[in-house]
Amino acid sequence: MAEKKKTESKTKGKPKKANARIPKDLTVRVCVGTGGLAAGSQEVIDEFYSELKSHGLPPCIEKKCVNKTGCRGFCAKDVLVDVISDGDLSTYQFIKPDMVSRIINEHIIGGNPVTEWLVGPDYHTFHDKQTKILLKQCGQIDPEDIDAYTGIGGYEGARKALSLTPFEVIEEVKASGLRGRGGAGFLTGLKWELCSMAKGTPRYIICNADEGDPGAFMDRSVIEGNPHSVLEGMIIGGYAIGSNHGYIYIRAEYPLAIERLEIAISQATERGLLGKNIFKTGFDFDIKIKQGAGAFICGEETALIASIEGKRGMPRSKPPFPVNKGLWGKPTVINNVETLSNLPSIITNGAKWYSSIGTEKSKGTKVFALTGKIKNSGLIEVPMGISVKEIIYDIGGGMERNRKFKAVQTGGPSGGCIPASHIDMPVDYESLISIGSMMGSGGMVVMDDATCMVDMSKFFLSFTQHESCGKCVPCRIGTKRMLEILTRITEGKGREGDIELLLEIGADIKLSSLCGLGQSAPNPVLSTIKFFRDEYEAHIKDGVCPASVCKALRRYVVNAEVCKMCGKCFRVCPSGAIKWEPKKKAEIDKSKCVKCGACFEACPFNSIM
Amino acid sequence: MIEKACRKILDKYYLEKGSVISILQDVQEAYGYIPEDTVFWFSEKLNIPASNFFGVATFYAQFYLKPRGKNIITACCGTACHVKGAEPMINRIRADLAIAEGEDTTYDSQFTLEKIACVGACSIAPVLIINKKIHGNMSPEKASRALKDFEKNK
Repeated sequence: MAEKKKTESKTKGKPKKANARIPKDLTVRVCVGTGGLAAGSQEVIDEFYSELKSHGLPPCIEKKCVNKTGCRGFCAKDVLVDVISDGDLSTYQFIKPDMVSRIINEHIIGGNPVTEWLVGPDYHTFHDKQTKILLKQCGQIDPEDIDAYTGIGGYEGARKALSLTPFEVIEEVKASGLRGRGGAGFLTGLKWELCSMAKGTPRYIICNADEGDPGAFMDRSVIEGNPHSVLEGMIIGGYAIGSNHGYIYIRAEYPLAIERLEIAISQATERGLLGKNIFKTGFDFDIKIKQGAGAFICGEETALIASIEGKRGMPRSKPPFPVNKGLWGKPTVINNVETLSNLPSIITNGAKWYSSIGTEKSKGTKVFALTGKIKNSGLIEVPMGISVKEIIYDIGGGMERNRKFKAVQTGGPSGGCIPASHIDMPVDYESLISIGSMMGSGGMVVMDDATCMVDMSKFFLSFTQHESCGKCVPCRIGTKRMLEILTRITEGKGREGDIELLLEIGADIKLSSLCGLGQSAPNPVLSTIKFFRDEYEAHIKDGVCPASVCKALRRYVVNAEVCKMCGKCFRVCPSGAIKWEPKKKAEIDKSKCVKCGACFEACPFNSIM
Repeated sequence: MIEKACRKILDKYYLEKGSVISILQDVQEAYGYIPEDTVFWFSEKLNIPASNFFGVATFYAQFYLKPRGKNIITACCGTACHVKGAEPMINRIRADLAIAEGEDTTYDSQFTLEKIACVGACSIAPVLIINKKIHGNMSPEKASRALKDFEKNK
């Protein structure tokens, strides 16, 4: 509030006339990813346009322009605005429309950046530790303008690939060591080779943008920030396997990403980068968008194919693998968004360059969506093999409210957690699997000591249970039974032997389920039992939820030292369990308390625990 | 009445194979839900059994066979939102709108509250979407206020 006032008083005076100082070269970049738009970046852009106009600065002539850019990763500090005035870059954070006029007056015209709104050192540590290949261009270019992409060397990878033979392209990708970023980590080059050798035409290449993991948003951000890189990757892949038709299967929950893809496809078609005779090589390629309809299972290859064919998205048993019998029974390659958008830079810079990044078996970089109870949440790109500690404390800036780090969950509902004791572990495909988690598509949810691990695994299991397609018995019924047991534990009705039962059912489901969803569904439970068995035991044996998350196991007491005798808890209590009189400290009558938590939420002094 | 909107959709997909999902998506776009008659109409025109349409419509979370409220409130229930308190936020909205237990639409059909798995905006969790406008960093109080502001500006 105080800041807002300051803005108004400083800008009330007449704006300096434009002739004071007009920068020759001015670019303003505003982040318009989903995070940015939610924070109001469209209003900020509009304000920049109208303010610049009123100062006689034409907003969009030559290099004086207000650009839209995709997500640059640091959504926690939105709206982020870059002002590049005669080559000097300053980045502002938390910008609101009413702050724009001061930036224009003092910075763009006056030449002095508004120091108190500039990003702090944490913005730089967030970016400095990262290695950006994919995300380099997100946040730099306008995603709705193909010239911005070709201006930084876009579509050169495709041009180079098409000048090679398909065999050479496959060899190059194999040599780079690129592994599928969708989770399982199959070698991309090998998948292509298998498909190119399979019998049958036409062949298809599908981009899997059905990012269903709750807590992951890498693919959305890559598409929103740089949609052309995905198209270019598909052209390269299509050429390598001899396919003329590409599909992008994207979830309907991402309207902005769909819109930007549509724009990108029509622009690329206009330029002849898609369609007939691309780069005059005689190679034809077109791309269609298929919208998903809200089913997590459709991220699984065979279910995805069924969904494109217009059927219920149910997986089938493999083999035959999609590379032999895929869409409409023809050879099909399915690659994840992130995998595909890695390809242009691999082809342009060569396999040697790419394989120099990362570890022996996991090459290149990986994009993670760092979220949860961490200071700097956002999108990060790090080299494979970086330690969990570096991600959380250097890039993430440490825990929110400086609470104690408990665990980080990777791989979403198919993965497991990395506890504090393994914080020095390197992040790569093999290490994660060795502790019972997995790379997954790259969500990283950080948890502190106020997160209940039993509740967490119940959350994931209720997700997979709900999303189970119901085709095979172990997944349909097994997850249901596991969920019942977990629910019973969180309600304080856990029984002796429940933990062993969970372990047994979990192992059976993993062994006998049809597809990846069932085979990995018990992972969150098994992994939390492995590392946090004491929490399960506390729920069952002592009837206590150590993190006080599970409602039935909470015990509310008033901390008399902190209580300010305001009586708010007394007024909200629905069961009359709180004893309070003016100027007396509150007390809770345990026999009447229904553990609804209303007093806990109402107390302004956090005196109820 | 039904014919006109449906014929347009039919023309669009007549020659495409595997278009059941796309047809249902367009029907829902036009009507807000999937009326039973339209399914039988398409089934007849395309010679695809109606059971196929219903099978698909009930499989995917996106399709509704019943009319929904005039305004759609979507609460994200992804991991990040869950950890940061989506549940209390949802309970507060249900209470504010007086949505009955086991229902998701208000009596006057003004609001429908739906939960979805993840909108992919985890860094501003918990997230609430009111008629496509995204509200980030919610709490029960903020959500309640956002809803009141929305009703005022309606």
